[in-house]
Amino acid sequence: MKRRVSLFVTCLVDQLRPEVGRAAVAVLEKAGCTVEFDARQTCCGQPAFNCGFRAEARLVARHFVDVFERAECVVVPSGSCTAMIHRLPELFSGDEHLRARAERVAQRTHELSSFLVRELGLGDLGARFSGRVAWHHACHGLRELGLGVPRGLLDHVRDLELVEPPLSDACCGFGGTFSASYPELSTAMLDPKLDRLEEARVDAVTALDASCLMQIGTRLARRGSRIRALHLAEILAS
Amino acid sequence: MSASHPRSETFPANVGAALADATLRGALARATDLFAERRASAIGAVPDWEDLREQARAVKAHTLAHLHRYLEEFTAKAEAAGARVHWARDAREACDLVAELARRAGATRLVKSKSMTTEEIGLNAALARAGTEPVETDLGEWIIQLAGETPSHIIVPAIHKTKAQIAELFVEKLAIEPTEDVEQLTATARRILREHFARADLGISGVNFGVAETGTILILENEGNVRLTTSLPRVHVAVMGIEKVIPRFADLEVFLRLLPRSGTGQHLTSYQSLLTGPEPEGGEGPRELHLVLLDNGRSELLREPVMRQTLACIRCGACLNACPVYRAIGGHAYGSVYPGPIGAIFTPQIFGAERAAHLPFASSLCGACRDVCPVKIDIPNVLLELRARLVAGERIGRETPARRSGALERLGWKLWSWSCSGPRRFALAAGLARVASRIGLLERIAPPLRAWGRTRVVPEIARRSFREEWRERGA
Repeated sequence: MKRRVSLFVTCLVDQLRPEVGRAAVAVLEKAGCTVEFDARQTCCGQPAFNCGFRAEARLVARHFVDVFERAECVVVPSGSCTAMIHRLPELFSGDEHLRARAERVAQRTHELSSFLVRELGLGDLGARFSGRVAWHHACHGLRELGLGVPRGLLDHVRDLELVEPPLSDACCGFGGTFSASYPELSTAMLDPKLDRLEEARVDAVTALDASCLMQIGTRLARRGSRIRALHLAEILAS
Repeated sequence: MSASHPRSETFPANVGAALADATLRGALARATDLFAERRASAIGAVPDWEDLREQARAVKAHTLAHLHRYLEEFTAKAEAAGARVHWARDAREACDLVAELARRAGATRLVKSKSMTTEEIGLNAALARAGTEPVETDLGEWIIQLAGETPSHIIVPAIHKTKAQIAELFVEKLAIEPTEDVEQLTATARRILREHFARADLGISGVNFGVAETGTILILENEGNVRLTTSLPRVHVAVMGIEKVIPRFADLEVFLRLLPRSGTGQHLTSYQSLLTGPEPEGGEGPRELHLVLLDNGRSELLREPVMRQTLACIRCGACLNACPVYRAIGGHAYGSVYPGPIGAIFTPQIFGAERAAHLPFASSLCGACRDVCPVKIDIPNVLLELRARLVAGERIGRETPARRSGALERLGWKLWSWSCSGPRRFALAAGLARVASRIGLLERIAPPLRAWGRTRVVPEIARRSFREEWRERGA
């Protein structure tokens, strides 16, 4: 029986990188899932939560719970948004009913790569990507969700050579509004990592999060680099 | 602190200055890398590292939840052993107490070992005003004192300085022949510091742990200067934050395995001084031992578990070495004696939320600090809590800060939450943003995008959003 999944594409992918959403759908369909997309969805509330605007975060998170509470399974192409959804119950700690609803949604929400590996037990998705690819550990995937390099998936991508330059687990410096509050500091945190990528002569860097990749990609572009910043879904869909 | 030292209030400007200092950034990168590597190899050899961290967290959580009880026990046991215990509500009381102890003892030549708590209360400046400034005897602290600076790291106070800068300082201040030979430089320091030790009549130290069960204090170090500071002068004054107490002597075992490995990557520090009361008559140590127990806003943090964990810190400095922000800008930019991730949560709660309001926001919330913390302080979560309180203008520590958020920022988030809490509103806002992005208006009216563009290419809103593509796919 085909697994029905509800895609939470994330606001950033929806508005800035729709190709990542397309790739996520393609990957999930290759994995034998029926993908649903509830067009009422917006954001998980993380931007406001991280900035200290909790009432505003609650308002948006509540909408998220309204939209997804009937979904059997929610898949998210982002470790960061997944981690936020996992902590929504805590955000609603003052309202037992809402907390319980958020808890149900949180339990059914999975980051895309871990859904493929842990829930579906998949490895080979028949992908082909020619080039040297470095992994970037997105902080929330690594530290909140405990996700490592998805070797089980990347090892099966034909012609892909996975390389691990130093600083692959160093933060990219994005941090939401931090990247705009402290632009020079934010990129000073990133540059040593990009230097290691250049030294390793990689063709692309990939990660679970479109937000890190936006930071990495737009800085690479400013530096005039030829390295591409691609979401894991884009590689697996190729 | 002199006016030339960066202040927390000007953090954004401090960041710019630090990033522009290539020498500083080189020194920081080398030193933080070295300490991070040493730590990693030291903990690699401890198979039950995670269990130790959990034990330490639990001991600290328990102690802080029952701090009054353990402080009473500690005081009773320390006094039974002959120590005198003094209580200081704040920095000024603590400084006045130490100055008064020195005056009563007729002490004029003071030596001091490294202690963050005495930095916190500005003890040296206060004693200097009383005419009895102590000589710092930790090499790094002494360098900082000679330079008239403040420490930039919790355990490596002169981490921001290169060998060449230190050599220059010694030539200038100590009139030695120019040399960059480390042995000659340290031999000079040793010679001069030994002379100070020989003459000193009062020694000041900090405290790493105070054992309630026995009234014992433990001080860790590598240079032997703590041993000399606490044994040569006839009076020893130890300044201790009230959070440094632990229940049992046996608890030291877990902390002694965690602290040196986390801090310097050592299996154990070169010296561990366990002191219980003053030296009895006929012995060679100090005749008087005074323990100054400092609150300075700490008891305000005990009420809530989220904030309370701030006090579990054992001052190892591992979070500084792991933090990508600290590694880029160093300690001085924080404008606080406690820099880095722990400083970003400690400073607003102890020194005042309003003056340190930038610090909780100066983080990408990457969580590297939480990973390395030997007592498992959830620093990112405390940062988030502080952000929420600063935005709302809610009480932090001893202070209720003014709402940090400006009217425009609040309006922005109101609009954002309105547009993200319904599909039609979202489509409307996204549509407007896209048009603005297309005609180049968005970057002009949205300061964050302009800021983004200072160092990166500004991302454009897609011509067709994912939801539009999906709708067409279905059609």
